[in-house]
Amino acid sequence: MSKVTLAEAPPGVEGAGFFATSLDKAIGLARANSLWPLPFATSCCGIEFMATMGSTYDLARFGAERPSFSPRQADMLLVMGTIAKKMAPVLRQVYVQMAEPRWVIAVGACASSGGIFDTYSVLQGIDEIIPVDVYVPGCPPRPEAILDGVLKLQEIVKNESLNRRNTPEYKALLEKYGIEANNE
Amino acid sequence: MSNRITKITPNNPVFYDNDPQDELITLNLGPTHPATHGVFQNVLQIDGERIVSGVSTIGYIHRAFEKIAEHRPFYQITPLTDRLNYCSSPINNMGWHMTVEKLLDIEIPKRVQYMRVIVMELARIADHIICNGILGVDTGAFSGFLYVMQEREFIYEIFEEICGARLTTNIGRIGGFERDFNAIAFDKIREFLKRYPPVLSEFEELFVRNRIFIERTSGVAAVTPEQALDYSWSGPILRATGVDYDVRVTAPYCSYEEFEFDVPVGTNGDVYDRFMVRNEEMRQSMRIIQQALEKIEKEPKGVFHADVPEFYLPPKEQVYNNMEALIYHFKIVMGEWETPKSEVYHAVEGANGELGFYLIHDGGRTPYRLHFRRPSFINYQMFAPMSRGMLISDAIINMSSLNVIAGELDA
Amino acid sequence: MNKLDNQVIIDRLQAVLGDKVHVLGEPHGLLAIQTESAYILELLAFVKNDELLRLNYLTDITAVHYPLQEKQYAVVYHLHNLFQNIRVRVKVFIGGEQPTIPSATSVWQGANWMERETYDFFGIHFEGHPDLRRILNMDDLDVFPMRKEYPLEDPNRIDKKDFYFGR
Repeated sequence: MSKVTLAEAPPGVEGAGFFATSLDKAIGLARANSLWPLPFATSCCGIEFMATMGSTYDLARFGAERPSFSPRQADMLLVMGTIAKKMAPVLRQVYVQMAEPRWVIAVGACASSGGIFDTYSVLQGIDEIIPVDVYVPGCPPRPEAILDGVLKLQEIVKNESLNRRNTPEYKALLEKYGIEANNE
Repeated sequence: MSNRITKITPNNPVFYDNDPQDELITLNLGPTHPATHGVFQNVLQIDGERIVSGVSTIGYIHRAFEKIAEHRPFYQITPLTDRLNYCSSPINNMGWHMTVEKLLDIEIPKRVQYMRVIVMELARIADHIICNGILGVDTGAFSGFLYVMQEREFIYEIFEEICGARLTTNIGRIGGFERDFNAIAFDKIREFLKRYPPVLSEFEELFVRNRIFIERTSGVAAVTPEQALDYSWSGPILRATGVDYDVRVTAPYCSYEEFEFDVPVGTNGDVYDRFMVRNEEMRQSMRIIQQALEKIEKEPKGVFHADVPEFYLPPKEQVYNNMEALIYHFKIVMGEWETPKSEVYHAVEGANGELGFYLIHDGGRTPYRLHFRRPSFINYQMFAPMSRGMLISDAIINMSSLNVIAGELDA
Repeated sequence: MNKLDNQVIIDRLQAVLGDKVHVLGEPHGLLAIQTESAYILELLAFVKNDELLRLNYLTDITAVHYPLQEKQYAVVYHLHNLFQNIRVRVKVFIGGEQPTIPSATSVWQGANWMERETYDFFGIHFEGHPDLRRILNMDDLDVFPMRKEYPLEDPNRIDKKDFYFGR
């Protein structure tokens, strides 16, 4: 039997028979360890993501067991590969369809900045159309790097306020991108 | 039959003669859909589960390779070729190097050619593993995919040992390799030859006589040789129809004429045959690698590039310490080399078919025009016409058996 | 069967088509011939079906832009005889405001997307093509990007302005 490791408990008040912490932290812990990824794979990085999901690297160890191909039931959008200008509206549509809370990882050089394709047809980084939480460098990044990106995102998720969607900063961010906040 | 289909032209929606159009459903499949393994959009007119017509839209990751290539010296085009068919980058790299070597009339030592053969055949196996593994997943067998993915990881380890990268390898230089294979690389290649055949057999056993797999694939999307040639198909899917066209045999490059291997062909041109052709090609690739290893033993050790200092980048430590190397380095990097004005077409057998490079050079620093003959692009255009009359689930399997790689499709 | 070589092909073409074809040369052993856009369909159909030549496989169609020539565009066909492994390159030079050439889709179905791609990149009109639309670029793109006068990079980029680099 392999050893089962439990997630570390958030800071709180502990006594005989009870443990108290803030709701933010408890929810953050749960969210961070059950991220449902939505792989938006267009090119090379998608193949490395396949390796990340596959038997050797196994993303499922970090609570991302279920890749969700429907944006409605996903909370971590992984954009992997070149996003051409023809694709940009589709990506934006997918992001808009995701329910809150939602996070975005730009995997690889193309998604982060356009990469080596500084051309008329390629979007120079997805952060031109949607907000991005974590950038993973590499062309393509190794599976370890993608895993590291997911772990970095978990840190963000753990430490975020429960109601991020209602904060003025977040609203301003979405407004900057011209995306209507959905408060359902 | 009153329901005759009229107006059959590729890419044009077809409707039944006397059916009101509103009884058909328009289904938009893609551009991001889990079943399509890439960014392809197909707008299908369906009658229940059956496809009446389809229109393919591509170009969702069009990256303007050919335009970039007109602005880059030969060395900097190698990384672009990586990203064409990213499942088998080394074949693209080698194809590009060979095109330039043909233009510049560079003679390549035998040992380097055998090393290239090893790298290309490993890449072919890695590519076929993905295609056949995914085909298994699409027919509902996930475990086969997991078995062979581990072996693909091992091939990537070999590539890492050779060049440092896994997927977009950028292996080699014009004139040879950037460094010799080290001992660990050779050991790993030998180990791969030992450990892969049983895995492949086990993988094959899961499918070949499996009732579900046969029902899902046999007779599905059968293509005749005439149709396939009419649509300029090439590669495993053409061979599955029974045409034994393999660039490695018809126009041998890299000393392929010295190797003994079979070209597997199918009979029906259906999905099942394509699966079997690819599986057998993996076996043949291993035969080729085995022979290449034996041949390398007989060649003088330590030769890993041609003796063409005016085109082959000198090692970095020499650039810093040796006047001559510095001059060559400068000339090559600044594009001050003398190159002939000419036109070259060179084709290699990519994992998906004939991968051609059409290079027009005017003696300048960069190519005047570089066109890639991309097998995925040419193979995929038959998808919409051949889907007509198919069930949606069959069309999905057909798509994964065509093994269309988005990067190569859209360039 | 006699072994086909470039000289046999030249002789055969000149015997049947006369001065409708010109030999451009044999760079790296690959025979290149030139014809006019008026004769291209006749030539393609002939070499495909001829008992001797049997260039039955269309490898590729593409184009090249030579902005300094009077006829600015060269449409290039690569044909292949799979039986004897002989390749032939056919070139047609065309010019004018709207370069036009007959479509090869009537000879090979596979020419369809190759011609669409060429149209998309160079703006060459293939007459008789069933569905001549852009294929890789966006439909609303108003230039033909592979023409030499158009830049590689997006001219609308703002993050590369000199301002950001202190210039």
